[in-house]
Amino acid sequence: MASAMQSSLPGETGPAVAEVSRTIMIVGGGIAGITAAVEAAEAGYEAVIIEKEPYLGGRVAQLYRYFPKLCPPYCGLEINFRRIKDNPKIRFFTMAQVEAISGAPGNFEVRVALRPRYVNDRCTACNACVAVCPAERPDAFNFGQGKTKAIYLPHDMAFPMKYVIDDTACALSECARCVEACQYGAIDLKMQPREVVLRAGAIIIATGWKPYDARRIDNLGFGKYADVITNVMMERMAAPNGPTGGRIVRPSDGAPVKSAAFVQCAGSRDHNHLGYCSTICCLASLKQAAYLREQNPDARAHIFYIDLRTPGTYEFFAKKILSDPAVTVQKGKIAKVVQDAESGRLVVEAEDILSARKSRLQVDLLVLATGMESSLSERSSSGAMGPSFEPAGSEAETSTLRAGPFRVDQDWFAGAEPQDGIFAAGCARGPFDVATSVQDATAAAAMAIETLARTAGN
Amino acid sequence: MANKKVGAYICSGCSIAGAVDVEQLAALGAEAGCLVRKSPAFCLEDSRLIRDDVAEGAVEAVVVAACSPRVNTDVFRIPGATVERVNLREQVAWSHPAGHPETQELALDYLRMGIMRAQRVARPQPYTQANTRAVLVIGGGIAGISAALNAARCGFRVVVVEKQEELGGWANRLYRQFPKRFPYRGLPPITVVEQVRELRALPNVAIHCGSSVESIEGEPGRFKVTLRTAQGTVEDTVGAIIAATGWQPVATEKYERYGLGVYPNVTTSVALEEMAKRGVVARPSDGGPARRVLFLLCDGRGDDAHLPYGGNVSSLVALKQALYVRELNPEALAYLFYGDIQTPGQYEYFYHAVQADPGVLLSQGQVERISETHDHSLAVELSGTTLGPGTALEVDLVVLASGMAPNTATSDGALALRYLQGQELPVTKFGFADSNFICFPYETRRTGIYSAGAARQAMDLAAAARDGRAAALKAMQSIEKSSAGQAVHPRVGDMSYPGFFMQKCTSCGRCTQECPFGALELNEKRNPVLNPNRCRRCGICMGACPVQIISFADYSVDILSAMIKSVEIPEADGEKPRILALACENDAYPALDMAGINRLEYPASIRVLPVRCIGSVNSVLVTDAVSRGFDGVALLGCKSGEDYQCHFIHGSELLEKRMANMRETLGRLMLEPERVQVVEVAIADYAQLPSVLNKLADAINEVGPNPMKGF
Repeated sequence: MASAMQSSLPGETGPAVAEVSRTIMIVGGGIAGITAAVEAAEAGYEAVIIEKEPYLGGRVAQLYRYFPKLCPPYCGLEINFRRIKDNPKIRFFTMAQVEAISGAPGNFEVRVALRPRYVNDRCTACNACVAVCPAERPDAFNFGQGKTKAIYLPHDMAFPMKYVIDDTACALSECARCVEACQYGAIDLKMQPREVVLRAGAIIIATGWKPYDARRIDNLGFGKYADVITNVMMERMAAPNGPTGGRIVRPSDGAPVKSAAFVQCAGSRDHNHLGYCSTICCLASLKQAAYLREQNPDARAHIFYIDLRTPGTYEFFAKKILSDPAVTVQKGKIAKVVQDAESGRLVVEAEDILSARKSRLQVDLLVLATGMESSLSERSSSGAMGPSFEPAGSEAETSTLRAGPFRVDQDWFAGAEPQDGIFAAGCARGPFDVATSVQDATAAAAMAIETLARTAGN
Repeated sequence: MANKKVGAYICSGCSIAGAVDVEQLAALGAEAGCLVRKSPAFCLEDSRLIRDDVAEGAVEAVVVAACSPRVNTDVFRIPGATVERVNLREQVAWSHPAGHPETQELALDYLRMGIMRAQRVARPQPYTQANTRAVLVIGGGIAGISAALNAARCGFRVVVVEKQEELGGWANRLYRQFPKRFPYRGLPPITVVEQVRELRALPNVAIHCGSSVESIEGEPGRFKVTLRTAQGTVEDTVGAIIAATGWQPVATEKYERYGLGVYPNVTTSVALEEMAKRGVVARPSDGGPARRVLFLLCDGRGDDAHLPYGGNVSSLVALKQALYVRELNPEALAYLFYGDIQTPGQYEYFYHAVQADPGVLLSQGQVERISETHDHSLAVELSGTTLGPGTALEVDLVVLASGMAPNTATSDGALALRYLQGQELPVTKFGFADSNFICFPYETRRTGIYSAGAARQAMDLAAAARDGRAAALKAMQSIEKSSAGQAVHPRVGDMSYPGFFMQKCTSCGRCTQECPFGALELNEKRNPVLNPNRCRRCGICMGACPVQIISFADYSVDILSAMIKSVEIPEADGEKPRILALACENDAYPALDMAGINRLEYPASIRVLPVRCIGSVNSVLVTDAVSRGFDGVALLGCKSGEDYQCHFIHGSELLEKRMANMRETLGRLMLEPERVQVVEVAIADYAQLPSVLNKLADAINEVGPNPMKGF
């Protein structure tokens, strides 16, 4: 491994720059990107990961547990990080974004913009800076639930294990208390954005996904009622290193949750929002129902759905969770969510398709199973309306990559063959679960190596 | 061994100096004969001091007493020396009270253990043998074809074995495929012929159709394969193998309650596909046109779960078939009933496209009864539909979704491995190759052999094509790694492998049985023989051996035992209990680190010794610890059972079995069995670790001081 933070950039200088014809660039350091990198590197190729966050691991690092085994994502990440640490063929840049790609298969040139971390490679993660930092920021890792100091470690297993400063919250040189506290000369408040130029023979786009903005769904009360949260927020709440230390509580008053309802297809399978099915949300809600039940033997979970999508062997997972009589499901869409004037609890009004009746349910917590949107979409999350996803077969060009004609479909997932020598992997290709992302990324690495083999003689 | 030049590099940074007396640690190092250096940050400029000492030949074994081995890995990778990391930061200074005598003794013990280990480890000599850059692909369906194409284009020689007379597999039997890309409309033709042509055009690919595998023996890099072909027996050597053996429809008896095999006009989706390929969808009873076709999907939660394999594939197949029934006969009507329609991801668009056809009726619903009318038409009664209660329909044809059962489930001898542990890949209860299938789906329990396509998981053609490529990468990787004498996942790059002190072997065979990867065979004398390239270096054989003859250059019962014995046991006054915690390095050890990062405190009486897998713990280590005077031993492993988390499959499960032996041994020593405790620790459980470890310490303390102290 060679990390590339601001004080040292092995990508720019040292002999670490390998033959271009044996180098694969991977854009995105989530589970798909990490997988593509380690799998390619272990087959003997050089891998360079470009990650926009200050750490690798992406979305899976934010999950409490995976379905169907209900096991912690840190377990597989630990192995993968070790594979990176032990392998000099893998380099990575954090806080980095691709600015432009030029060239051709076998010899791409990529301009990468590096945001300042304000903390260099000398950071030992001793935490002395945090003790003196006077400024706070909403904790993005926890989706805004809770706060961190302006200088912070993104999460307990952050890799690289180096701190970072949020310059939107920090007074930088006007404060500089952390600089005094740091015994290792690791903080540089004058750090500037930079650009590096890297070369690679093939490129894998593993830019992943982002949660669909629940504020766009106006009948479900997100942003209006504190006790309406999204499924990704629920993951953080259930995680022991999350904002509540793992306790599932009502955000409005911190009281334990005795009943929760889950709303499936919150944004997905909806022409006004995301036209496709986000694949993982039914399984995620079943999993989260299990979190709640594990914590509170008296709690009840109720899932509103259109179709319960638990393909293949996942059906057995669904059966296991639904064998608990306190986890119930109802086929039907939510009409509206209101607040009971007396109790302050949420009241969910829904249709029950199978009985053709309307139902009302009072709950402590409403979890919106929001869908997965491709990170290749550049639309700002505050946009009032989602795009229409009426399939029309047209192609768009993403400006995120500025890679020339990089094919994406109208839903912003990469087209089948985005561009010669450039491959998409994981949730850049579609809404996938973790296992599928890993499979997909391994295949993308194979395809990238095929490109290198084909162009090696050129 | 005693003359080994050991350097002890004691870091005082990151509040280590504030928590422990670094001078005393330095004195201990000097007393042990080490070259000792101190620094406020060995991870920075002072790492040069270590490199210089090694370069000058002053030090051949480095002990870095600083932070966890999980950080600064690259900084402390010192060429020319072995490196031990003593975790004074996360697991001493950050998790125990500063300046406390017990914290100090903990640090001293960890340094003693580190120096002891440094003195005893040897650098592994890699096992490298001439390897063959060739891949055998078993199965010439879409997954096998794309695997072969990928490996061949990457420069590997490829041998394809297909039992049918033609390449193409199921794709040859399909009429159309469902759309795989935006806008997910229409039914594209099958294009497998083109891929077969591409494959046949490659010079480095040998294709054997109408052939099968007679036997496979050997190891990654050098599998000896014998094929039965039309031209007779063919022998070859390949470096890695891809099992793309495909699927078959679930046995039709499972569908009898729907009238299959009873009524002629009840058929399966597989039979319908073949019918459509012949150009007409007709009633089998009289050959008349099928104008009303009812598709019945596995009704999901209401069903008895005969069919764990279909999933999204069967929903998409039914949608496709509904469309082409209408296309072949525009007057035909298609009815499709399901439990939950499974069209994940962008296949939702295809679902919408089918919904838009007024001749296709889609509804949730379960079949109550199917019966025959006078002319073999079928009367179908359904419940739970959106058409109202008591839905009844008369149709010409009922099509039942065929479940896809992996061929790996039936152990049909496709691999014919000459392995002591069996001829085929070990599988899960669903019949798919056993692996940590979420994070590492291509791993199997037979190193160098990877499954792909519908044999690995129910999947459609597009997914199988990608899957084949991914498996090809794993195959090529396995050849690369074994050629360098390095392990593959999860201990990637490890060059150690077990050695056997055969003079003492009792031929009990336990190592051969317990190896999760079938790396060991028995020779004619019933002695174990290692295939190093099959080995994943977990050390489970080392844990299994009742006479402790199995060891790695840098990991052995001797080394661990010496480390345990290097711990100083205080007098038997009960004031300072000592507990040994053998901790899985993949889960429990990182969890302890994270407890430290969060400055969570746990008992300083616990001495943590990381192990490659909890299954590698030989019970003699536990005996050694209690004989030495430890008051208790904790074994911190991961979750076992169906949802196991062990990266070596069943290390934690084996531990449970071995516990019985250990308790018996304790009985013989007249010690209480409660002194040995098994604790399941997941990596994310660090917040609970203090209470778990406090409880454990309390339980052991309650038993009282170990009477063996001082002996």
